[in-house]
Amino acid sequence: MQKRAVVSVVGKDQVGIIAKVTTVISDNNINILDISQTILEGFFTMIMLIEINDPSNLETLQEKFKPVEQELGLKINIQLEDVFQAMHRV
Amino acid sequence: MPIAFTEIQETIRMVEMEHLDIRTVTMGISLRDCADHDFEKVKQKVYDKITSYAKDLKSTANQVAKEYGVPIINKRIAISPAAELLGNATKEQAIELAETLDKAAQTLDVDFIGGFSALVHKGISKGDQILLDALPEALSKTERVCSSISVATTRTGINMDAVRQMGQIIHDTAKSTQDNNSIGCAKLVVFCNPVEDNPFMAGAFHGAGEGEAVLSVGVSGPGVVLHALQRYPDADLGEVSDVIKKTAFKITRAGEIIGRVVAERLNVPFGIMDLSLAPTNAMNDSVAEILEEIGLERVGTHGTIAALALMNDAVKKGGAMASSYVGGLSGAFIPVSEDNGMIRGIEEGALNLSKLEAMTCVCSVGLDMIALEGKASPETLAAIIADEAAIGMINKKTTAVRVIPVIGKEEGETVEFGGLLGRAPIIGVNQFSSDKLIQRGGRIPAPLQSLIN
Repeated sequence: MQKRAVVSVVGKDQVGIIAKVTTVISDNNINILDISQTILEGFFTMIMLIEINDPSNLETLQEKFKPVEQELGLKINIQLEDVFQAMHRV
Repeated sequence: MPIAFTEIQETIRMVEMEHLDIRTVTMGISLRDCADHDFEKVKQKVYDKITSYAKDLKSTANQVAKEYGVPIINKRIAISPAAELLGNATKEQAIELAETLDKAAQTLDVDFIGGFSALVHKGISKGDQILLDALPEALSKTERVCSSISVATTRTGINMDAVRQMGQIIHDTAKSTQDNNSIGCAKLVVFCNPVEDNPFMAGAFHGAGEGEAVLSVGVSGPGVVLHALQRYPDADLGEVSDVIKKTAFKITRAGEIIGRVVAERLNVPFGIMDLSLAPTNAMNDSVAEILEEIGLERVGTHGTIAALALMNDAVKKGGAMASSYVGGLSGAFIPVSEDNGMIRGIEEGALNLSKLEAMTCVCSVGLDMIALEGKASPETLAAIIADEAAIGMINKKTTAVRVIPVIGKEEGETVEFGGLLGRAPIIGVNQFSSDKLIQRGGRIPAPLQSLIN
């Protein structure tokens, strides 16, 4: 079942965040549908919409982000998009 | 329309910084088919049914929480009132049944199982009486079993004989767990107008009108509401209500989608969404602090009832818009020991038992997790229950009493319950007696409000 998930990345702005995060995604053969990024109060904030074949894989993907999170001091979350739709759209 | 950047950020902020969580997913299970003339078989059937129906509850809830990025804190079980199985049982067997429930909860690794309950708001059947007799010992011998007793409803009036017994039972339960700060009483609720689909403990049970099994969800988030209000320091009260309503709406929607997914995966029907602002001792996760943010120097001062009424109503309205299946208690809980703001209110002399009673007229439940001086007599405890039941009966709302007379402690001391249950300053009770009222017994007739047909 095709699902969409939101990856959010928050941390101190520095060189190479997008490169390293998207490398993990492409290494796992996951398609990115949308990316937006900004600097908010000195913090790098990026939100990506990705395509997921099996929601139970989210946990493995979250694990694979761990090294990048530690290396760059980032907080990366993955959540199914449905929860945002439910909260913000009637 | 795609979700905006700011909306995604808002959700993440609610979860990461403001303690938005699904407080509980509670599976209700009917045990009526477990009746048998051989009580050993009853226990076996009860254990087997609970542990098979709910065997995947915890793992499924954890998996869904991970996928949606919203934590599910507690997984719990509510059973149909245990008194239904005790018609031919002895007190000892009733205690054994409680121990069986405790074992099932341990096997499933759920923190509470609710429904060691009896509905005695009009009369007490044999099974009900056995359960009542067994309560103090059952609560002291088990760790995860919660009990609720209905002693009054708007349609039936108040069963004062049951109220008198409950005063004694709370007193005895306090004594039987006195080595542990009388903690047994924290697992015992006395209700007026109980709801059959409340997912929150200690009052959850699977009501008579419910199906075979059902999954209900309790969502909380005082922290989210507090932070939302902090962004509008100068709003008038109409706008304050609006902010709470919108926040409640979003929280409820998140809870419902997650609850429905859990129910679907467990292959049980989805029951109801209960959005109740239930505080925890975590920083800023306090109902009292919301009231203070609305404009009170300290919770308990004049204006507290007005602020609480506004908040409780706004929460309900937001929830009702968000989900067609809002049920349970939906509103605001005001437990004392679990809310740092309430504790501070009492310690600083702003909040007292009388004000808490008055607050229960407009909050979603009643007197909750209040530590009383240990010398409070059974009659006084019964009279506290009677007052609370009268408030519920006349106002057609649920009220409840979960008080802990801490044996050996006096007014002004503090008691530590630990964990989720928190800590509480001991409150004194009125020194004048209510003995005569309680000794009269009988049933307070149903009020005029009940004659609505």
